Amino acid sequence: MIVEGKKKIWADYQKDIPDDHYFYVRSCIRQAFWPGSEVTFLDITRNKLGKDFYENPYHTTCGGIAYHSDTIPQETAMTIIARQFALMHESGYENYVCSCITSFGCYTETLETWHEYPELEAKIRQYLWDSCKKEFAKPKYLAHASDIIYKFRFEIAKQMKYPLVNVKTGKPLKVVEHIGCHYSKMFPSKGFGGAEYPYVLVGMIEAWGGEVVDYPERRHCCGFGFRQYFVQADRGYSMSNTHKKFESMEPYEPDLIITNCPGCPYFLDRWQYVIAEQTGKTYGKNGYGIPALTYEEVAGLVMGYDPWDLGLQMHQVAIEPLLEKMGIPYDPKRKYQGLNGKDLGQPMCPSCIKSV
Amino acid sequence: MKENILIIGGGAAGMEAATQLKKLGLNPIIVEKSERLGGHIAQWDRLFPAFHPAKDVVEQMLNNVKDVDARLNTEVTDIQRDNNGFHAVLSNKETIDAKAVILATGFDLFKAERKQEYGYGIYNNVITSLELEKFFKEGKDPRINNPKKIGFVHCVGARDVKVGNTYCSKVCCTTALKQACEMKEVFPDAEVYTFYMDLRMFGPGYEDLYLKTQKDFDVKCIRGRVCEVSEDMDGRLVIKAEDTLFGKPLRMTLDLLVLMCSMEKAKSIDKIQQKLGIANNSDGFMQNKDMYLGMNDSKQDGVFVAGTCTAPKSLPDTIGEARSVAVEVFNYINNK
Repeated sequence: MIVEGKKKIWADYQKDIPDDHYFYVRSCIRQAFWPGSEVTFLDITRNKLGKDFYENPYHTTCGGIAYHSDTIPQETAMTIIARQFALMHESGYENYVCSCITSFGCYTETLETWHEYPELEAKIRQYLWDSCKKEFAKPKYLAHASDIIYKFRFEIAKQMKYPLVNVKTGKPLKVVEHIGCHYSKMFPSKGFGGAEYPYVLVGMIEAWGGEVVDYPERRHCCGFGFRQYFVQADRGYSMSNTHKKFESMEPYEPDLIITNCPGCPYFLDRWQYVIAEQTGKTYGKNGYGIPALTYEEVAGLVMGYDPWDLGLQMHQVAIEPLLEKMGIPYDPKRKYQGLNGKDLGQPMCPSCIKSV
Repeated sequence: MKENILIIGGGAAGMEAATQLKKLGLNPIIVEKSERLGGHIAQWDRLFPAFHPAKDVVEQMLNNVKDVDARLNTEVTDIQRDNNGFHAVLSNKETIDAKAVILATGFDLFKAERKQEYGYGIYNNVITSLELEKFFKEGKDPRINNPKKIGFVHCVGARDVKVGNTYCSKVCCTTALKQACEMKEVFPDAEVYTFYMDLRMFGPGYEDLYLKTQKDFDVKCIRGRVCEVSEDMDGRLVIKAEDTLFGKPLRMTLDLLVLMCSMEKAKSIDKIQQKLGIANNSDGFMQNKDMYLGMNDSKQDGVFVAGTCTAPKSLPDTIGEARSVAVEVFNYINNK
């Protein structure tokens, strides 16, 4: 591996991110999958970094899942996006930040398409007026939320309490980074590091003390891929993709997987249980799996947030071995308690993969 | 007094044009930006399809131009048309007045790192066809360490919309097969694979080379493009491709991957080309006047083109064009 070659590519794929004042839109599925991630993102950026992030309660889904499932035509998806831009404009913002990778891909695709075909933009403008009596302004900057954490990764590092280091050995944790396909595979210039060697998560891992694992199936799909999951008969493809990735990363003995897509951590997490049940194989040490976390969860962990406040109990793969490696204190009794201390009940734990 | 003919570029086309112009009684002056004449071919070890030593051809061409006026390490920095033809200013401050100009500026090799998925400059054991040729010539390259499994990727930077080059680079297929055979000669135990889109064996003896590659050297030719290259824990290359004849994706672990880089028009001539009013075609190569009967003429009076500045060409094609441009220039001068 020639690191200098990667650095050259990383230098070629940089983009400007404004310093402050962002309009933030949430993902339609992340709050169900990983309920702590977006709230942690807003807490870190607003309260730890002092940035202005505005949310408009009237924003909706971007329509990306329906668009990629061929349920709605592109014009409909674009009109939904135009409405989001109208909300940003009405709110007095021009820097648009989205939580979801699919949304980021849809917004980028829409803006690029309008750039190439201005007549289509005019048509969508009319559709939005006809349907909602709204007018939109295109964002001055479009960023994915992971771009923001990447931009402020060193500021986060300054407030870091628990770096990505094994406290018992003193060695950096070995971290697999997995980028959502729609981050830069469609428009390489729109992502930090481009499509083949994205830097957005690598930059976080390096800044927070970890060591990046580059393994042969690094670029491979996580197993989400709309078609192979939404079509029930194709779900075997979904799991075989995930299985392929784990088989490829296994020899490197990673401690952690970090992702920036709503679906990737979900599939990399849940399929580990299914693979364990079907084959009896687990990919972590001593019968555990490998935790697959969102970048907000990892940022929260290194900054000292309580793991259960981050929602890490929502992962199928047990997080406790990672917390112990990083020396992060946690109260096992709080794992299944709500914020008010109410017992939420312990889920049934499988025997094929250790869950505590 | 003999008329000066300015030849920009001292590769195969420039040298051969100068040789012929000299024979026709004109005074060719070669301006070459590098420190030697010979162009790309001087970096080559053997030539397809008959494995003829490139050195023999280059030496003969150099011998032919030993009496030709040549400026090395020199570029044309400015050129103006005047009543007598052209007035060129060189980077060494010298000026040349010439009756006609031949652009024989050749090609740049496609920068393999632009095809990021192949990992050139990232993974140690990914090399270019030119680097392999240097290995054949010099006998050493630390990356080529008794490889057991070798792959060749055709069309790197050619017939590829993604990089903006939709044209065929013409010589890479035959070069790949020649180099694949040579690797089998050096490493007889190695398994050698080539990944092609379709094999364009257009010249005399080329199809025979293709058969020889398979029958005598046991090289496996797979019709399909490599889409991704990674490195495993041992530093070996893991490639993904599609075998379109079997209709199946494949994955393979290799010790060495050779990228057959395409030709692109040399960029260093852009400024002078613009001053002379010579446009490019949509493929980025220089426009000639007519692809059938005016292939050496440009659309500007007194400016001629030869060799790979107008399109990818093999060495015999280039030499043929260089000879014809000499005749065109000779007729142009005599009809003035």
